[in-house]
Amino acid sequence: MNENIAMNDEEYSDYVEQKAKKSPIAKNIFWAFLVGGLICMIGQLIADICMFFSISKEDSSTISTIILIFLGAFLTAINVYSRLGKVAGAGSTVPITGFSNSIVAPAIEFKMEGYILGLGSNMFKVAGPVLVYGITSSVIIGFIYWLIKLFM
Amino acid sequence: MDIFLEYLKVFITGGLICTVGQILIDKTKLTPARILVLFVTLGAIFTAIGIYEPLVQFGNAGAKVPISGFGYSLAKGVMKEVDEIGFIGIFTGGVKATSAGIAAAVVFGYLASLFAKPTIK
Repeated sequence: MNENIAMNDEEYSDYVEQKAKKSPIAKNIFWAFLVGGLICMIGQLIADICMFFSISKEDSSTISTIILIFLGAFLTAINVYSRLGKVAGAGSTVPITGFSNSIVAPAIEFKMEGYILGLGSNMFKVAGPVLVYGITSSVIIGFIYWLIKLFM
Repeated sequence: MDIFLEYLKVFITGGLICTVGQILIDKTKLTPARILVLFVTLGAIFTAIGIYEPLVQFGNAGAKVPISGFGYSLAKGVMKEVDEIGFIGIFTGGVKATSAGIAAAVVFGYLASLFAKPTIK
């Protein structure tokens, strides 16, 4: 007991850091699983509500995506999503809401540098690579699929 | 009870995909940006070779909401379009299937950034 009390601030923060680093991975995984799963359930709920109003399955899924993207952008703008991210890690990065967070967060940060090269171009700091690799993959897949169909 | 099971499947599928991302962040030096790129690409490839569709059938939004679902839509869209219109579909299919998401991300992203106040760190 006495040993703990005798620590100065610096020693104490070292001590806390040591303790905190003990099992971060299990904790991180727990939160990533929980938050990621919950965001997906919200997506499913929105789609199910749309289908309840007799919107087609495909359109319901599209509407759900649009609303999630809106929520991700909105929650980033009011500084809630980054706070969630500190706890949830990949649970908030991997869902589509994390994609819109990756658009808004750098855009806000570089807003000071102007609306074209500050806000406009930094929106795509992470989303740009995602689109580059995603769309390129789809064209390559399409080409291979077209070739296979040609010879079969 | 049925609906409970459906949502449990969504939760587990989505949770597990995010868990894979978290393990990659913790165990490797991959940044979240690289995780996003990796997941989109893998989602597209897994869809093309036919192993992502069963995951969507099982987990529904649990497989569609993670960014790998974006790759799923890209790959599914391009193959559907090649089936329907042939060669040109290689270029139109992927973006066409994901156009709503891309437009929403650009517009909502822009508006949110426009109205948000820069945070002082």
